[in-house]
Amino acid sequence: MLEIKSLNLEVDGRPVLKDLNLTIKEGESHVLLGPNGSGKTSLLLGILGFPKYKVTGGSIIFKGKDITDLSTAERVKLGMGIAFQHPPVIRGIKLGEMVNLCKGDTSQQINQQTRTLAKKLHFSDEFLERDVNAGFSGGEIKRSEIMQLMAQDPDFVMLDEPDSGVDIENMELIGDMIGELLHRRIRPSKRTASGLIITHLATITDYIEVDWAHVMLNGMIACSGNPDRIISEVMKGGYEKCVRDCQMTMDRI
Amino acid sequence: MRKGLSDDDGPDIGKYTLDAEKHDAKDLAEIEDKYKQAFLDVGYDPEGAERSGSFLQVDHSVLCSKVMQEGVEIMSTTDALGKYSWLSDYWWHAVAPGKDVYTQQVDRKQTHGYFLRTLPGVKTTYPLQSCLFTGQEGLSQNVHNIVIAEEGSELHIITGCSVAEKVQSALHLGVSEFYVKKNAKITFTMIHNWAPEVEVRPRSGIIVEENGVFIGNYVSLNPVKDLQMYPVTYCGKNARATSQSIIYASKDSKIDIGSKMVLQGENSRAEVISRTVATDQADVTARGFLIGSAPNVKAHLECTGLMLSDTARIYSVPELEATVKDAELSHEAAVGRISEEEIAYLTARGLSEEEAAGAIVRGFLNVDIKGLPAALGAQVRQMIRMSAEVL
Repeated sequence: MLEIKSLNLEVDGRPVLKDLNLTIKEGESHVLLGPNGSGKTSLLLGILGFPKYKVTGGSIIFKGKDITDLSTAERVKLGMGIAFQHPPVIRGIKLGEMVNLCKGDTSQQINQQTRTLAKKLHFSDEFLERDVNAGFSGGEIKRSEIMQLMAQDPDFVMLDEPDSGVDIENMELIGDMIGELLHRRIRPSKRTASGLIITHLATITDYIEVDWAHVMLNGMIACSGNPDRIISEVMKGGYEKCVRDCQMTMDRI
Repeated sequence: MRKGLSDDDGPDIGKYTLDAEKHDAKDLAEIEDKYKQAFLDVGYDPEGAERSGSFLQVDHSVLCSKVMQEGVEIMSTTDALGKYSWLSDYWWHAVAPGKDVYTQQVDRKQTHGYFLRTLPGVKTTYPLQSCLFTGQEGLSQNVHNIVIAEEGSELHIITGCSVAEKVQSALHLGVSEFYVKKNAKITFTMIHNWAPEVEVRPRSGIIVEENGVFIGNYVSLNPVKDLQMYPVTYCGKNARATSQSIIYASKDSKIDIGSKMVLQGENSRAEVISRTVATDQADVTARGFLIGSAPNVKAHLECTGLMLSDTARIYSVPELEATVKDAELSHEAAVGRISEEEIAYLTARGLSEEEAAGAIVRGFLNVDIKGLPAALGAQVRQMIRMSAEVL
């Protein structure tokens, strides 16, 4: 699905990713752990092709196609989607319209299909009339982002901290919805959606099982492996200790 | 009073003719058919469906003044002056005839205008609609309008001013005097749809009596050569007034628009909201002036501008003046560009950068128009949407 080869990325002339390699196969879900400022969000936005994130080396292959030079809109049309951690408020554009846009529908009319989806995310019809992200609570932002992704139905799903600042009640719902987006509720052989989830505290992994975990440090993926093992080591000894242990293991191999 | 600009500055009246071709009311159907789209674009529906009455003036001819609800009066001001001797108490009472060369011209060479009135206690079921239309090249239309909501009545108006597609140059002078009596309410939504060589000088005064409510909405999204207006609202005791304007200034448009609220009755409230987009070589001055001169008055001014080109200009002038100790006046003014973060957000949902910028501009202009009955509000929003769609 996604293959990143020796990717070097700069933001405002400052290097943020160094020779990063990552492969995500069809049907796989990966989590990406790491401290603040390690480059996790930059990686997502680089994969998405935001203009501020400049590729200075390497390539990004998506569904067998080199997308390194494609615009964000083109990448989205190929089947990528993202849930942002801090999306901006857009005055005058209603949440319901955003859901329509995600479906490729530019109309302002909120139809039954959109209302049904909203209900699934515990949003009322009135909530769909609100300007997108304006005065939304933390949990509402997460649910709104996931609702937009569900409307988009991408093959490759990126989630930036879907579990930060979310209360237990919302967390169960969010876990459920992410599970659906990532085809976690069906047999592995039938899964076609893939995902890359940034998570700080790995809370999301209490709600959905994932196939791989990676730890990012200083713009590099420093450690990859079985999610249970990596997450428990990070929780026990912190990111850096996990990376040290991991590198020792790799050295031995 | 307004720095660097006299109200006399602007179009040369002598350039335009007052010699208008006469239209006959029996040709109404034909004229409505000919200009149907232009009328619809400024909210005037020739079918008159869901309207409590209609007034249509083309050039200097009043072609339609039709009442659809009891207790509502619609006629030309010329007819109203003949019918009601008391109208002299309202004539040039909210606007001074000698205010500037344009009011003087309307005083001397008036070419009709509308008289709209609701009798005491009457509430319009549907809005009244009016349209002042110029179909003749180089014509000066000098209207004098009077709107009166008698005590306890409620009057909703949607009015449009426009020119025929073939008209390049024209002058529109419009004096409008509004009288909101005790416990009455007027909502007045005005849509302008001009052309690049048209010059416009509206002159409005609004007097809101005790417990009265006036809500004025103004929308102009097409190029205009030179437009200047500065309606003044006088709020009596417990009165409420709102002025909202939505401006998209493009090409070589020169627009100077603002609203002055005089809170002279105790406990009165006012709000001025303006949204301005400037692109190409457009030059926009957005003014707002709140004057608090009675106890416990409160007013707020919000003026936001969005710049889309390096050759346009937005000049925002918020002013506050208090002459009593417990007046509460405030303003917010901001001019900025389209945020890159917002564009990026929309591209992540599959829009191209151009589509994203268009959606953000349309959203910016999509102000929730307050105070209108639900159906009218939805209609006006839809019209703004449709006009903004081509931007």
